[in-house]
Amino acid sequence: MAKQSLLVGCGAGFSGDRVDAPGPVVRTLAARGGPACLMLETLAERTLALAQLRRLESLEAGYEPLLARLLAPVLGTCLDRGIRIVTNAGAANPAGAARRVQELARELGLRPPRVAVVAGDDLSGAEHAGLLAAAFGGERRPVSANAYLGAEAIAKAWDAGADLIVTGRVADPSLAVGPAMAQHGWSETDWDRLGRATMAGHLLECGAQVTGGYFADPGFKDVPELAKVGFPVARIDAEGDCVIGKADATGGCVTEATVKEQLLYEVHDPAAYLTPDVTADITQACVTETGPDLVALDGVRGHERPCTLKVTAFFEGGWFAEGEISYAGPGAEARARLAADILASRLPHLRLRADLIGVTSLFGDDAGRLLAATPVGDARDVRLRVAAAHADLEAARRLGEEVTALYTCGPAGGGGVRTSIRPRLTTASCFLPREAVHARFEWAD
Amino acid sequence: MPRTVCLRELAHGRTGDKGNRSNISVIARRRAHWDALVAQVTEEAVARALAHRRPSRVTRYLLPRLAAMNFVIDDVLDGGVNDALNLDAHGKALAFLVLDLPIDLPDHP
Repeated sequence: MAKQSLLVGCGAGFSGDRVDAPGPVVRTLAARGGPACLMLETLAERTLALAQLRRLESLEAGYEPLLARLLAPVLGTCLDRGIRIVTNAGAANPAGAARRVQELARELGLRPPRVAVVAGDDLSGAEHAGLLAAAFGGERRPVSANAYLGAEAIAKAWDAGADLIVTGRVADPSLAVGPAMAQHGWSETDWDRLGRATMAGHLLECGAQVTGGYFADPGFKDVPELAKVGFPVARIDAEGDCVIGKADATGGCVTEATVKEQLLYEVHDPAAYLTPDVTADITQACVTETGPDLVALDGVRGHERPCTLKVTAFFEGGWFAEGEISYAGPGAEARARLAADILASRLPHLRLRADLIGVTSLFGDDAGRLLAATPVGDARDVRLRVAAAHADLEAARRLGEEVTALYTCGPAGGGGVRTSIRPRLTTASCFLPREAVHARFEWAD
Repeated sequence: MPRTVCLRELAHGRTGDKGNRSNISVIARRRAHWDALVAQVTEEAVARALAHRRPSRVTRYLLPRLAAMNFVIDDVLDGGVNDALNLDAHGKALAFLVLDLPIDLPDHP
């Protein structure tokens, strides 16, 4: 008899996602019955370095700040109904996140959950210092260095009966691949099935980005009830193929178009989507609507996984300063352009980027080539925005001072000054042999 | 009469980023337009649209079963999310720069 499919619902697609998203996902998983998993992905490239900085300030910090708010509405149902939770919300402190979950269960009067912690991604200790110095150059010590782990430790924790699996850095799709691997009993070299489950995980990992979020373009791509967009739920069968849908009684939509956009999101060579688990190949993939808000993904293949693991490190990168001021009415664009010229002349020590929001901004380049090529027009509501980075805090602060001074020393009618300054992190990646990284799971105390 | 339309009428797409590399998908709304897109939404056309960003390389991958193409554009994000001074350091808006390309349609598509 064919094994039961696994349902994987995604309740968060980035750090800062909606805390009311997991509720409808868990209600849907409970209503469908059968083996099920709630996936919470909260760890973008940058998020981990910021978490590492918080951990330096406090030993109990460094995990996803929204963790308790994401889990509180659903933890009871998940524990009652055997819906297991897999999340990378551990960030720089998975053990701390695990303790917070146990404390939350006590606060809510729930049974103590069995919490597994996946460790081994953090390479900031002495053991790896030599390898990292060789890869990045010895003169800079990274703020954080983490390897992207795969699905295996998650699968082992699932097999061992964990109610909740908390990780730090793992490849996002592996959060779904681990449970599927364990549930269906796949080996770590079952490349085709791992490849298919990886693309299922890839469709899920950004939450609403597959259900109508990051998609709507009025008149061209309309999405029903986007304000109530539902998060995705995928059924992954024993072959790794998936049908993707969304939480019941929510807005948004799952169509061939939404699935194709997310399938290619952050993909480079479609024949070789590299993860720690597999080299997935979507060149022969196809998507088919099989019902309302239901799309099947077929034709994905898998090849042998890379023999190295990707490591991303963050380094202190000085200071990032920004300032903005607005001009409106006749001559607004000319006044904003004059203000930009004044700032360039007052701040010769900074490599200043200037944007005229309302004329040209996002498409522009740091060197200002697009702005320079944009003919002077007569835009009537323009916000000048300038930005610069500098190693020295005082030098960076000068930007905010000069933007503020435009109130009285700049062109006529400038209003709405905002300035900010924050520490900057820069990043570098390298690849290490798998043997140098020891992925494992441990039970939380 | 042949006519010129904006790519956005014929296709949709999305930007992703990894480091200093951007990828932009262009997905045909109707299979009938696929050949016109393959002929006109080329690596050169995308490189021209992004010329001010000085891409070092543009690679197009075709996925005919999805009626989709994927552009991988190197060194186009001023260093990427942690280094760029752009408000949109991820370059998330860039798909709409590509979707603004003009496309010539023949008499009887």
